[in-house]
Amino acid sequence: MGKIIRVLVAKPGLDSHDRGAKVVARAYRDAGMEVIYTGLHQTPEQVAEAVVQEDADVLAISILSGAHEVLVPRMVELLRRRGRGDVLVLVGGVVPDDDVPALLQAGVARVFGPGSRLDEIVEFTRRAVEGSG
Amino acid sequence: MSEDPGKTGRRDAFITVSGQAIERLYGPADTAGLEYQRDLGDPGDFPYTRGIQPSMYRGRLWTMRQFAGFGTAEESNARYRFLLEQGQTGLSVAFDFPTLLGYDSDHPRSEGEVGKLGVAIDTLADMEILFDGIPLDRVSTSMTINAPAAVLWAMYVVVAEKQGVSRTQITGTIQNDILKEYMAQKTFVFPPRPSMRLVTDTFAFGAREAPRWNTISISGYHIREAGATAAQELAFTLASGREYVRAGIEAGLQVDDFAPRLSFFFNSHVDFFEELAKFRAARRIWAREMRDRFGATSPRSWMLRFHTQTAGCSLTAQQPENNIVRTALQALAAVLGGTQSLHTNSMDEALALPSEEAVRIALRTQQMIAEESGVANTVDPLGGSYFVEALTNQLEEQAYAYFDRIDRLGGVVAAIEKGFFQREIADSAYRYQRRVESGELVVVGVNRYAGGQSSPVKLLRVGPESQRRQLDRLARTKRERDRRAVADALDRLRAAAGGGDNLMYPILDAVRAYASLGEIMAVLREEFGEYREEAIF
Repeated sequence: MGKIIRVLVAKPGLDSHDRGAKVVARAYRDAGMEVIYTGLHQTPEQVAEAVVQEDADVLAISILSGAHEVLVPRMVELLRRRGRGDVLVLVGGVVPDDDVPALLQAGVARVFGPGSRLDEIVEFTRRAVEGSG
Repeated sequence: MSEDPGKTGRRDAFITVSGQAIERLYGPADTAGLEYQRDLGDPGDFPYTRGIQPSMYRGRLWTMRQFAGFGTAEESNARYRFLLEQGQTGLSVAFDFPTLLGYDSDHPRSEGEVGKLGVAIDTLADMEILFDGIPLDRVSTSMTINAPAAVLWAMYVVVAEKQGVSRTQITGTIQNDILKEYMAQKTFVFPPRPSMRLVTDTFAFGAREAPRWNTISISGYHIREAGATAAQELAFTLASGREYVRAGIEAGLQVDDFAPRLSFFFNSHVDFFEELAKFRAARRIWAREMRDRFGATSPRSWMLRFHTQTAGCSLTAQQPENNIVRTALQALAAVLGGTQSLHTNSMDEALALPSEEAVRIALRTQQMIAEESGVANTVDPLGGSYFVEALTNQLEEQAYAYFDRIDRLGGVVAAIEKGFFQREIADSAYRYQRRVESGELVVVGVNRYAGGQSSPVKLLRVGPESQRRQLDRLARTKRERDRRAVADALDRLRAAAGGGDNLMYPILDAVRAYASLGEIMAVLREEFGEYREEAIF
């Protein structure tokens, strides 16, 4: 196994539903990853800054507010501009199926909807990071 | 108690969704300590375990109140009229995130969020449209609003006045439960202390001016949705209730002047008996706390009245039609638990805001329980059941054990600052998820019986044109209002916030001058500061 994977779990926008973000953060931690959770109500700029400062390998965005169409592409773009286009970007939460292609197009590696298994999220993340490293 | 005779069980242990072990059989020994008058009482009698009214649903059915709101005020107004035409008996307003957090639709942080998860309200002009054609002397309205509750309530009062309905006539509820925001729902704005002042200001205003309005809805719902167990939901909610009563008394109010207007809001989750026992325990605990701890003498102060919503977190995105049945069972538990009003979730809510079709089925579910099933024909039909009474006692004991822990931490606010509730809830949420993934907890259509196709459901979408329309109206309102009057009203609000006067009056003046929610909240943000939580997981 390589270096310890660093995951930034982020809650962008005004969305206050943090149950999923916390559960996923803990699952990553239990799987031996280094986890930083931003807390609520982060602007896309704050999230991008945190990814850079924390030198994260993974940005796991939790969003249940319907604002994903605006906020997610902006965060991906900000990461690119800051030279961190290599970060694995994941989205979890309530995202209608019809919106998923646009997010993938924008650079998101995968969208995990309601009912996703923690083990699956952790495994996908590990494989994607180690595969690209 | 007894083991399964002869190891015939399907499982090693039978455990509720909250993790409580359930015995094979309950009998007289489990309720031996119960004294009927002391512990149950007839419906309408202390301690109200069996219900708060003698006749319950024989006299009047519960209020069927579907939580709704999206897009602009026009779109939500149309949905409310639809629901009333379908036989709904009260309104329940969902606001969007910018409104919940006290930002106007034109604030940079509101971009992409306007009208998404609820209706966008910026000024009185929006509120006038929201209730256009809805008679506020006849329809009761519940508003899920917390940090800016005083502002939205003030808007409602003024809209009613414009309809010719006085504030003494209006009926409804503002959620206004800020403590559970720090615990679970997380739409806080100010730090706890000034937040509690806003709450007690609304208590005082209500007691004096709007006696039929519920000035708070002390809410376990969101605590449960964030992952808490039934016992935690019960305990944390009632602990908050005790804190509000203390705050009201400390603010100089007489307990019997404001306690009758305190109302509650619980979740109804999947474990049928655990839920209905929780509702019964809640009534008994509250009655005793109010009479014996706080010295309330009016029976109306002792009665715990509550709204119920079925568990949003139990809904599955997979096979969404199953949610109709899941919700029906949860609704039945709420009715057998004696709820005063009820929201039934729509089958598509794990995916999006509910479509009209889905919300009609959800409402019909309540109507079937009320009108077809016969369960509303008699009061508390499960009272006296060995199992139900034992479970009621057990939940009560668990709640008191939590009260002790919270008191040792220095009360609810101190426990919030120490992250106590947040940690307890996060632990339960994680444990729940692990139990689902191990298969110990069955979720039909997700971790068992997951095969087969389900038909795609048509989702409601709130498009960018809603946001555009909202921004246009806000700009127009700001252009057309009397700027001087707005500035003066905001100055008076600032002065009151710095002093000790009741803030409802200057807020009413500001609202009437078409000051926006964001402007009013900005003044209070400057005066009170903003709360930042430590992120615990």
